[in-house]
Amino acid sequence: MSTFWRSHRYWIAPTLFIMPGALLFGVVIILASVETIWISFFDWDGVGAKQWVGLANYAQLLDDSQFYVSLKNNLIWLAMFMLAPPLGLALALLLNQPIRGMRVVKSLFFVPLVLASVTVGVVFTWVYDPTFGLLSLIFSSFGSTAPALLSDEHLVTFAVVVAALWPQVAFCLVLFLAGLNNLSEDLIGAGRVDGARGWPMLIHVILPQLREVSFIALAVTVIGALRSFDMVAVMTSGGPFGSSTVLAYQMYEQSIFSYRFGYGAAITTVLFVIMAVFIAWYLRTLLRPEREGI
Amino acid sequence: MYPRPLADDAPVRRFAYASMVVLILALWLVPLMAVMTTSLRSFEEVMAGNYWGWPKSFNFIENYMAVFTQTAMARYFLNSLIVTLPSVVGVLVLSTLTGYVLSRYRFRGANLMFALFVGGNFLPAQIMMIPVRDLMVSIGLYDTYYALIVFHVAFQTGFATLFMRNFIAALPDELFQAARAEGASPWQTLRHVVLPLIRPALAALAILTFTFVWNDYFWAIVLTQSDAVKPVTAGLNNLRGEWVSAWNLVAAATILVAIPPVVMFFLMQRHFIAGLTVGAVKG
Repeated sequence: MSTFWRSHRYWIAPTLFIMPGALLFGVVIILASVETIWISFFDWDGVGAKQWVGLANYAQLLDDSQFYVSLKNNLIWLAMFMLAPPLGLALALLLNQPIRGMRVVKSLFFVPLVLASVTVGVVFTWVYDPTFGLLSLIFSSFGSTAPALLSDEHLVTFAVVVAALWPQVAFCLVLFLAGLNNLSEDLIGAGRVDGARGWPMLIHVILPQLREVSFIALAVTVIGALRSFDMVAVMTSGGPFGSSTVLAYQMYEQSIFSYRFGYGAAITTVLFVIMAVFIAWYLRTLLRPEREGI
Repeated sequence: MYPRPLADDAPVRRFAYASMVVLILALWLVPLMAVMTTSLRSFEEVMAGNYWGWPKSFNFIENYMAVFTQTAMARYFLNSLIVTLPSVVGVLVLSTLTGYVLSRYRFRGANLMFALFVGGNFLPAQIMMIPVRDLMVSIGLYDTYYALIVFHVAFQTGFATLFMRNFIAALPDELFQAARAEGASPWQTLRHVVLPLIRPALAALAILTFTFVWNDYFWAIVLTQSDAVKPVTAGLNNLRGEWVSAWNLVAAATILVAIPPVVMFFLMQRHFIAGLTVGAVKG
């Protein structure tokens, strides 16, 4: 036994090491995700027997106006979230100055990032409150009335996304500050010698060096926008009249409240397919340097 | 350095710049500061609609005591700690093991496994919701701490593995060659070579995992139901419905939810940033 162990431990030990993590992640995350795709081909109330319906759930999606509302809102999230990387970069450029106390200022700018989305949601519900909210104060100081953003079906999604942008911009700020710390002084010096300043300097000398950071910021922002759930659940519960739902929230609602698990699974499968494109793109870039052996 | 540092011999410009930064910071944090001040206001003041002005009276002790005695917040807070701390430990242990193997051993499927760990972490939570919930119901863990702990450990292990693998891969190769030459077993290498060197990585992962798990809302509402196990995030949202008009108390509860991650962040900021920017900056 002991000789067997000694001659085989080079592979037995690592196998034992990786097992617990790989099994747990494989079953709870990967297999569960695959199973959801399988469930999307069934009619299922979550308790009784599953009934095979083929693509019926997907066919039904195409006729579901709520599905298009969610899809449209996901696109609004995606488009508006694209503001986070440039805003984060702008803030990073503003804060990257050797002034006394700047370290503390930077940490205070990071705070929204560590807040729970529930906290952010609650905070912004107050900002938007139509009678006593900050927004209504600002509007009334100009002599007009603030719109009730969270009960206006045309504005509600924009209001929720603005709230969600708060931590997202902070996240991009963290990334870009780290990126600015790693700039090559030689290249900047060379740029300055050549007389580059302002925009040309930023675009031709700085941004190319921030390519990796920008990529991560963009990827994380895209994925964050598509995954949005918490803010919608906390701020509007998808309302008014379902006008602020996103795919993630509609799936939750259909499964947990309406017991239509097969239909919910189909919605999230669509979301997954949309996201898979971005996840694959992210993974390819993340893993590529290693394939090239750098 | 970019942008070009402000000149040392231009005190006026430096002061103007610093003032502008402080002004922007104040605007940035207005919503949060309003909640902080509202958590000190009296009920009468809240009823009168003063949410944004200076508080007329400071009711720090009354309000926070009320949150602890009249609401289930203390319970939720404890629940969150009971879920979060073991999850952090579990993630650290599992990801050290997976990260070590994935960085130091070559085997078929290693890249695929790594890609699954990283990619799985970006999946929308809803894609695994139904089976995970079913699984927890069928093994009797639904609506217990264990359901949340098991799920969070599993999920966070994905990101933590990416982090650990990159960190251990960056350790000098000579150390491992020396350990092999000494005839150290994989376990001894892990215990005596890797573990002492990855303390900074463990610290960074601990704070990140703590924040992610503490702040989770989705799984809190999917996997728990009763007040006895509900974490703070779900609890806060309930409270908001029950105490509609007592905004001062809801504000105090909101601040309580935010305190642990914010304090952790300020205590271990360097580690936190290092953790978040993993992959963003080579190193």
